[in-house]
Amino acid sequence: MQRHLISAADLTRDDAVLILDTAEEMARVADRPIKKLPTLRGRTVVNLFFEDSTRTRISFEAAEKRLSADVINFTAKGSSVSKGESLKDTAQTLEAMGVDAVVIRHGASGAPYRLATSGWIDAAVINAGDGTHQHPTQALLDAFTMRRRLVGRDEGLGQDLSGRRITLVGDILHSRVARSNVDLLHTLGAEVTLVAPPTLVPVGVESWPCEVSYDLDRTLSKSDAVMLLRVQRERMNAAFFPTEREYSRRYGLDGDRMAKMPEHAIVMHPGPMVRGMEITAEVADSDRCTAIEQVANGVSIRMAVLYLLLGGNEPAATHTRTEEK
Amino acid sequence: MDTEQQKQQYATDARPVLEAPDIARVLTRIAHEIVERAKGAEDVVLLGIPTRGVHLAQRLAVKLQEITDRRIPVGSLDITMYRDDLRMHPPRALARTDIPSDGIDGRLVVLVDDVLFSGRTIRAALDALNDIGRPRAVQLAVLVDRGHRELPIRADYVGKNLPTSLRETVKVQLAEEDGRDTVLLGVKQTSQGGQP
Amino acid sequence: MSKILIRGAKVLGGEPQDVLIDGDTIAEVGSGLSAEGAEVVEADGKVLLPGLVDLHTHLREPGREDSETVLTGTRAAASGGYTAVFAMANTFPVADTAGVVEQVYRLGREHGYCDVQPIGAVTVGLEGKKLAELGAMHESAAGVTVFSDDGKCVDDAVIMRRALEYVKAFGGVVAQHAQEPRLTEGAQMNEGVVSAELGLGGWPAVAEESIIARDVLLAEHVGSRVHICHLSTAGSVEIVRWAKSRGIDVTAEVTPHHLLLTDELVRSYNPVYKVNPPLRTERDVLALREALADGTIDIVATDHAPHPHEDKDCEWAAAAMGMVGLETALSVVQRTMVEAGLLDWAGVADRMSRKPAEIGRAQGHGRPVSAGEPANLTLVDTAYRGEVDPAGFASRSRNTPYEGRELPGRVTHTWLRGRATLVDGKLA
Repeated sequence: MQRHLISAADLTRDDAVLILDTAEEMARVADRPIKKLPTLRGRTVVNLFFEDSTRTRISFEAAEKRLSADVINFTAKGSSVSKGESLKDTAQTLEAMGVDAVVIRHGASGAPYRLATSGWIDAAVINAGDGTHQHPTQALLDAFTMRRRLVGRDEGLGQDLSGRRITLVGDILHSRVARSNVDLLHTLGAEVTLVAPPTLVPVGVESWPCEVSYDLDRTLSKSDAVMLLRVQRERMNAAFFPTEREYSRRYGLDGDRMAKMPEHAIVMHPGPMVRGMEITAEVADSDRCTAIEQVANGVSIRMAVLYLLLGGNEPAATHTRTEEK
Repeated sequence: MDTEQQKQQYATDARPVLEAPDIARVLTRIAHEIVERAKGAEDVVLLGIPTRGVHLAQRLAVKLQEITDRRIPVGSLDITMYRDDLRMHPPRALARTDIPSDGIDGRLVVLVDDVLFSGRTIRAALDALNDIGRPRAVQLAVLVDRGHRELPIRADYVGKNLPTSLRETVKVQLAEEDGRDTVLLGVKQTSQGGQP
Repeated sequence: MSKILIRGAKVLGGEPQDVLIDGDTIAEVGSGLSAEGAEVVEADGKVLLPGLVDLHTHLREPGREDSETVLTGTRAAASGGYTAVFAMANTFPVADTAGVVEQVYRLGREHGYCDVQPIGAVTVGLEGKKLAELGAMHESAAGVTVFSDDGKCVDDAVIMRRALEYVKAFGGVVAQHAQEPRLTEGAQMNEGVVSAELGLGGWPAVAEESIIARDVLLAEHVGSRVHICHLSTAGSVEIVRWAKSRGIDVTAEVTPHHLLLTDELVRSYNPVYKVNPPLRTERDVLALREALADGTIDIVATDHAPHPHEDKDCEWAAAAMGMVGLETALSVVQRTMVEAGLLDWAGVADRMSRKPAEIGRAQGHGRPVSAGEPANLTLVDTAYRGEVDPAGFASRSRNTPYEGRELPGRVTHTWLRGRATLVDGKLA
């Protein structure tokens, strides 16, 4: 394992399987009367969120607290960041307070990578979503959900997703979830197909380790899991597709389409779902939809990542460089 | 398991102090002691500490069943997340924690491990138990007690007391993991990979 | 005035010769010239070129003196072997009036490191709406002949047509920053395989090529000449080549960085590689080199774009676009063109001095190294090899993509009208 988690592409198969296996153990903590482990006692984790994302922040916060870390939440809104303070200054200020890890969400692609590689700070960096680049813990929790459902909770231990056929549908172009999933699922041996209108597929996709199709109906019967990505309504205004109605007719998952999927196949959604757009309420509320499970699994995955990145490190000393001046 | 995790190298002349028949005999004795002290072992739950403690717990469960003619609940308790030396080593893969379905509340939990050394593993196990439930009592069974305790912890059932020096190493091998049953006493190689 | 004898210099890379400067003029070129009464500079096999001319420099003054001034920028130019630079109009205030261009022109003359020829804005405030007073800028003391909204594209076809037509009256030229604005909204890097992976907004080649195609056709239609700034794609090369074959009066420039660097570098997310137009692919780089060699691309221009440290020491999206280039341009051209066998030193003199002076009508620059010509000269130690160290730059800014990279060649002397501005690598 590397010291940071920036991109799903940085994970080897063994790294990824170790995270999934560790997450299975973490998941069992949730079944106990006391859902807390002392593992990160005395370690400080800051959730540095430059973009609003209550879901992801709460999930990380739950994971950090279950591992007994001290948690600092920092949201850009109303802080000095909105007054023009830079990412670098903010990160250095936080590190001066003795932070062991920074969980960062940022609107600019590559911001976590810069934070981890520019020598600004020493803390471990965990990418909680950057621009349209990566969202590695989302991909890990998706893979975890797939392995549980398609391979089995116990049978899955030590296993990858070899030979599983995963279809991602929706706004690939603007999706960090898609990029992370393509990288991780490929590493785990799955066969990935992207389905989207051509306007929402990036130029350069041909170098990705996956297939691309514009026809959802033809891929459904060959899918073990279908993951729907959120499509923002604003995209319509930029002419990515004509109308909501046309989008959902061509690329939305409804009951009829779900019936074409193999019986064991699952429907996934990273949330928040736009019902009536990419998914109908009927599908969203069916047993085959794992959206709620994915949320629960997110906490286990984030606990596993935090444990594996921080469990073995020396705790951070409060930075002396500010005091030397 | 402490010896294994310190990544010590074993001298080729490591000397067996217990062989397979000895191990079988001491486990039988411990089983009898448990039945005797626990008054028939009716509420006993065996929890092995991974990796080899789990195999020892399962062997004890078989022997207890032979003696009492009842199934004894057996499980495993991974203490990795409770270790006090966690940050001094690279993160390790977690082992399984399996608590028998009826739980441990009000039960007599017997923790089972291969070697009792500093006592820190058992301290971590007691913390872990605390988060899982409230046993009536907790006892400890170990195959080998090699001394050098760093905490006020003692075993209730001991297969063999083995006075050692800190320069020596104790390695337990079990058929389930290592292909054979033996306890080896060796001398620590001062390798460069040791802790500073 | 004093005499200087440059002894044993390979003039335009040829056989070693002596060059005698008398006052502001080259007095004599030949073998075994008398050193009597002259300061001797032993060239010792170094290459002597006419002083370089940069048609595309951002000096930032007035308005952004924290990143560069006319003084620091012209000192950087002298260090890089330049004797004339054309200063882009995107200052604060914009160089869209006679007043601003005269101020910049005057500052250049006062400092004396390098002639500064201001470029005038095509439209008021670079806003692309209303023509600036092109004629007034031409008639000012600065004598502006090159007009550009660089940084922004003159994207309105009617405004572009009118500008092309209007400058014919006084032999001006419009230098177009070819970037279709709608196709490049939110653009952060070249659109392709790398942008798809990095999740950075794409700047497609077609956004440049479509504007160039339109503008060469407009130039043909109105019978005017047009210059294309920092051409960056293989497709643009094809369009310019086609236009020239039709007899359209088009010239084009390429930057040193587009001759050497590719978008693969953006994987580092290090904003020193953020530039507009963006770094392209290996295929584009090779096409640009070939086009510069065969004359399809006429000149090398630096697009020297200084930015303060904090504008680059941040996340990619927040960073400013641009690289400094005056002090590394010749080395990059040596690496990518001369060492690759695509261009000899006479060719370098043509692409970096004669032709840019001709396009910009820079009097006294880009002349042959021969008796009677103005003594604007550059002496280059082409055998030198060294790592680029921005700490040694004369520019006020350090945003170079070449830090730590080994590049060949080093300018040791620069003379502006017979006066040394750079001696043994040190500014005079």
